[in-house]
Amino acid sequence: MAFFPHLLLATLEGLVTSAVLALTALGLSLVFGVMRIVNVAHGEFFMLGAVLAWAITSAISGNPALGFALALVLSPLIVGAIAWIAERLVLRRIEYNPEATIVATIGLLYIIQQLALTFYGPEARPVTPPFNYRIQLPWFGYSGYKLSIIAASALLLLATWFVLTRTRIGLIMRATQYDRETALAFGIPVGRVYGAVFALGAMLAAIAAVLIVPIQQAHYLMGLDPLLLSFIVVIIGGLGSLRGTVIAALLIGVSDGIISVFFSPTLAKIIATLVVAMVLVFRPQGLFGTATK
Amino acid sequence: MSGDGTTAKVYALHAAVIALLVALNFILPEYHHGVLARVLVLAVFAMGYNLLFGYVGLLSLGHAMFFAAGLYGAGLPLYHLGWGVPAAFAGGLGAGFVVALVIGLLALRTSGVAFMIVTMMFAQVFYLTTLYFGEWTRGDEGLVLQQQTRQVALGSGTLDLTNPATRYLLAVALFAAALFATLAIVRSRHGRVLVAIRENEERTKMLGYDTFANKLAAVVTSGVICAAAGAAYALLFGYVGSTFASVQYSILPLLWVLLGGAATTLGPLLGTLFMYYVIDITSGYTSAYMLVVGLVLILLVLYFRKGVLGTMRERWVRWLP
Repeated sequence: MAFFPHLLLATLEGLVTSAVLALTALGLSLVFGVMRIVNVAHGEFFMLGAVLAWAITSAISGNPALGFALALVLSPLIVGAIAWIAERLVLRRIEYNPEATIVATIGLLYIIQQLALTFYGPEARPVTPPFNYRIQLPWFGYSGYKLSIIAASALLLLATWFVLTRTRIGLIMRATQYDRETALAFGIPVGRVYGAVFALGAMLAAIAAVLIVPIQQAHYLMGLDPLLLSFIVVIIGGLGSLRGTVIAALLIGVSDGIISVFFSPTLAKIIATLVVAMVLVFRPQGLFGTATK
Repeated sequence: MSGDGTTAKVYALHAAVIALLVALNFILPEYHHGVLARVLVLAVFAMGYNLLFGYVGLLSLGHAMFFAAGLYGAGLPLYHLGWGVPAAFAGGLGAGFVVALVIGLLALRTSGVAFMIVTMMFAQVFYLTTLYFGEWTRGDEGLVLQQQTRQVALGSGTLDLTNPATRYLLAVALFAAALFATLAIVRSRHGRVLVAIRENEERTKMLGYDTFANKLAAVVTSGVICAAAGAAYALLFGYVGSTFASVQYSILPLLWVLLGGAATTLGPLLGTLFMYYVIDITSGYTSAYMLVVGLVLILLVLYFRKGVLGTMRERWVRWLP
């Protein structure tokens, strides 16, 4: 293959990564933005979404599209419910103390990972894509399903943007983010908002995982990479900023795709992680938004 | 805190702990003897972590990097260049010092949550680097250091690090050194400044202390102690692998310290010992040890924030350092 088609392929792969990453990172960003806590178990919600998608699709026989559609609805709902329970049982009781939350979510990470290992097993398992349609480009054929991931992610991001900026629910969330005390004084049930936001963040990760699982198999250890990448995206994009998250996800996803095609994936990861750590070290003020401190 | 009576009591307590550990060398059955040697080395790792987390209040999720720096700093020259044991141990300490200094200079520009994320990322870079140079490190599979390379010529005889009793006593010696070093640091002026930084950094700065220099010194000391544990682990147990650089080994010292009691000198040993046996015993019944780790972490932050010794100090033994 010549250079240009090669680059195009790398860009397309990068766009698919970006689409999934943007959704996952948005979940993390919402939780940090509104609740001011770092959820280290975010990657495990992603993994749980993928594993549940496998369980649901393999339980439904017949047309793969039916099972997949069901997984796309049920899996995020289950993950959201689990996240909500965890928030109510643990995070609320430690009063969202930043460091205690990190420790507690690390605990949650281990618990979810172990349960997945026990009930799902150490194997990586594929999920059948809902449809197989190849789009024939002049140089190579490309999976129509992968392109539909990009479209689905764009739609969901638009929907989230609409909810956040144009609805009453979004207004309540933004008010809580802006000033917790005042929101409470104005009768906003801050506790319930926190529970809902935590569940919503987990659901976004789960949706992203269901979308990606037909091209990347479900595995109980698959959560670490999305977690680190989401941290990276959220840091570069600025927390709580939807536009920043999307731009950063595009930047990271596409450059990761291109670097991985031309260099070793491990080297690509080393460089990306190092660059972002340096960004965080030398430009911390631009990274956690302006509202903190 | 001060008063001559307390000082004597503190030193007596620590000396008694060391004496007990030495005595156990002659009493313990073989299996537990081996386990305790390992626990002591890992407890040194936890003590290094505790210095930064407990006393300075900096939550790092990257300490596996310092442990692994010691591990590789000692293991690689021994394996590839044929260095002797003392030189390899010094190599481990040197590697830990350099890594901790660089990371400290960079990461201390941030604080709080950003500090945690930055240290986690640097540790991930370190971990991936050990995989990338798989030609020399053999990645996850790791290197096994042969018995004949782990011997020191000492006068007429040789000190064989693979001998269980030698290994155990060396582990106790390292533990004692780290314990008294920690004790000396936290009782010194520098140690008091560190606690002041934990309690209120702005105020400490206002009182005229250079908080950055103090924190950097703490990161470097903490890194070197962890590297000493890593180097000792490589030399005593003869295995060097990437697993020790993974994020799991950054989380474990946090767990041990929280359990034993952050900002207590003996807490790390207690936490490491307890957790090691909990995992050891539960893995006899089930393979679900991660579940145990997770539950313990959550229960600790929910109900037992100060850990075993922290709670004891609060309730009964006020003089506990």
